[in-house]
Amino acid sequence: MSAPANSISEQAGGAVLARGGESAASLHRILILIMIVALIALPWFVYPVFLMKVLCFALFACAFNLLLGYGGLLSFGHAAYFGGASYVAAHAAKVWGLTPELAILTGTAAAAAMGTVFGALAIRRQGIYFAMITLALAQMIYFFSLQAPFTGGEDGIQSVPRNPLFGVIDMRDDINLYFFVAAIFLGGFLLIYRIIHSPFGQVLKAIRDNEARAISLGYRVNQYKLAVFVLSATLAGVAGATKSMVFQLASLTDVHWTMSGEVVLMTLVGGMGTIFGPIAGAIVIVSMQNYLAQLGAWVTVVQGVIFVACVLLFREGIVGVLSRRLRLPL
Amino acid sequence: MFELLGVPPQALFGQLLLGLINGSFYAMLSLGLAIIFGLLNIINFTHGAQYMMGAFVAWMMLNYLGIGYWPALLLAPILVGLTGVVIERLLISRLYNLDHLYGLLLTFGLALIIQGLFRNEFGSSGLPYQIPQSLQGGYNLGFMFLPMYRGWVVVFSLIVCIATWLIIEKTRLGAYLRAATENPALVGAFGINVPRLVTITYGVGVGLAALAGVLAAPIYSVNPNMGADLIIVVFAVVVIGGMGSILGAIVTGFGLGLIEGLTKVFYPEAAATVIFIIMIIVLLIKPAGLFGRTA
Repeated sequence: MSAPANSISEQAGGAVLARGGESAASLHRILILIMIVALIALPWFVYPVFLMKVLCFALFACAFNLLLGYGGLLSFGHAAYFGGASYVAAHAAKVWGLTPELAILTGTAAAAAMGTVFGALAIRRQGIYFAMITLALAQMIYFFSLQAPFTGGEDGIQSVPRNPLFGVIDMRDDINLYFFVAAIFLGGFLLIYRIIHSPFGQVLKAIRDNEARAISLGYRVNQYKLAVFVLSATLAGVAGATKSMVFQLASLTDVHWTMSGEVVLMTLVGGMGTIFGPIAGAIVIVSMQNYLAQLGAWVTVVQGVIFVACVLLFREGIVGVLSRRLRLPL
Repeated sequence: MFELLGVPPQALFGQLLLGLINGSFYAMLSLGLAIIFGLLNIINFTHGAQYMMGAFVAWMMLNYLGIGYWPALLLAPILVGLTGVVIERLLISRLYNLDHLYGLLLTFGLALIIQGLFRNEFGSSGLPYQIPQSLQGGYNLGFMFLPMYRGWVVVFSLIVCIATWLIIEKTRLGAYLRAATENPALVGAFGINVPRLVTITYGVGVGLAALAGVLAAPIYSVNPNMGADLIIVVFAVVVIGGMGSILGAIVTGFGLGLIEGLTKVFYPEAAATVIFIIMIIVLLIKPAGLFGRTA
């Protein structure tokens, strides 16, 4: 695993460290400001629905990166929380008639509950077994979604209504919906940023880099692992629930293992364990899917090739390389 | 007609047989995964795709070259095993000194490539593969009808599994393999070419998957997605059994196939998920797996 990050470099005094601490924080503040400006400006230049798709996947990838990049845990079943939450939110909006914010909260709560149970099971094994267990548990959710009465089987839950936000703001207008989605994304991103830089986040990195040492220092490693797993699953749920509001659809695609693979790919392409990497990865992969959509199964092949190429030649990812070249902690 | 537990025996034994067949695929696939994991320390996500390749190679041999089932049973695993050797040499061997998870990601990417290519070429609907002439028909056992081919699959895969186990436990090559699993550096110091052993092991593991694919071809239609969902179930089987023991992988595979078959009879809704539920129970009671060694 690449182990850049602040915990080591800030103490050791490397190149990155010279700018660490305070200046890193102000750099991040500037980048986040730029991001906010971009979020406000972009819908006037780019198709808002495409942007919303990117934002949903970017939040999903950021949530996944919290677990993999900072917790060192490779979950191969994050589609369960993303897709599970999108089903619950779609059901809440369509059948119960809840407003979008409440529907998303309902979906998120479902993802959090699932994350708690599955996380508690999966952290009983390490490494490769952890990946296989999360994958198997997610496949169970897939079969459940295929058979359960409320998910609509192969059709999914279609034409989910865009109810008015807080009961007043019209969500059928793409721009209104866009700013709602952008606010959710920004909130989720800032929360993850805060988690990474909190004392809790520092302990996570310590566990990732040397679990035995963290145990010997008296940290209850399993509680930290479970906590980060639940946080990651919950935020993945926020992303999935929001996506079902945007596309007015919850379908089997979102719970399938290919979706779990896609979020791994986004994180890998962008740079594991970097703050902005997953966003870059989501932009690249979603754009690629858009441009190659008419090529059918070739999209799968291209994704596979990117996977192989990244693992063999480009393990740091886009932002990881940038961060090293520019000697800035991104 | 008498009934067993409220189920006609035809249905019960029919499903049990199907369960045994699935179990033999689980056993052969998890056996291959366990051997590969033992020596290479990677989980071969491509395993499902390689099982599918075995079935497709047999289908292509029959339809393009007129090579029948029996030669294909030998040739297809060898061919697919050779592609495995190439993959190991060119790609996987570059990852041995990295975190294990990169091996998982690499083989996942390879599985996507292989499945995508086959889907482009053959579409997603299944292609039929005839049961060979000599195995058509079946026996009436009184309590059930046993199609000859299905009986053959169970018996043959049991033989393959036991033979693999014997090779690993009782032969010199198997001793090298077990030694290299424990301590590759030391085995290398004794003059054994460990990298070559690793390559051969990967090829054989892949060949086992392809062999299961050829066996499956006449039962399930030959389909680019046939391995994708199967491999996830096999992962659950591996978690349940633990990868420490070869015999454990075989027993767990057949046992879980039977349980799945029984579930299909008594509570069909849960048939797709029963193995995952058993995995959860095993994780709660014995996290290292039924036959696993604690890490």
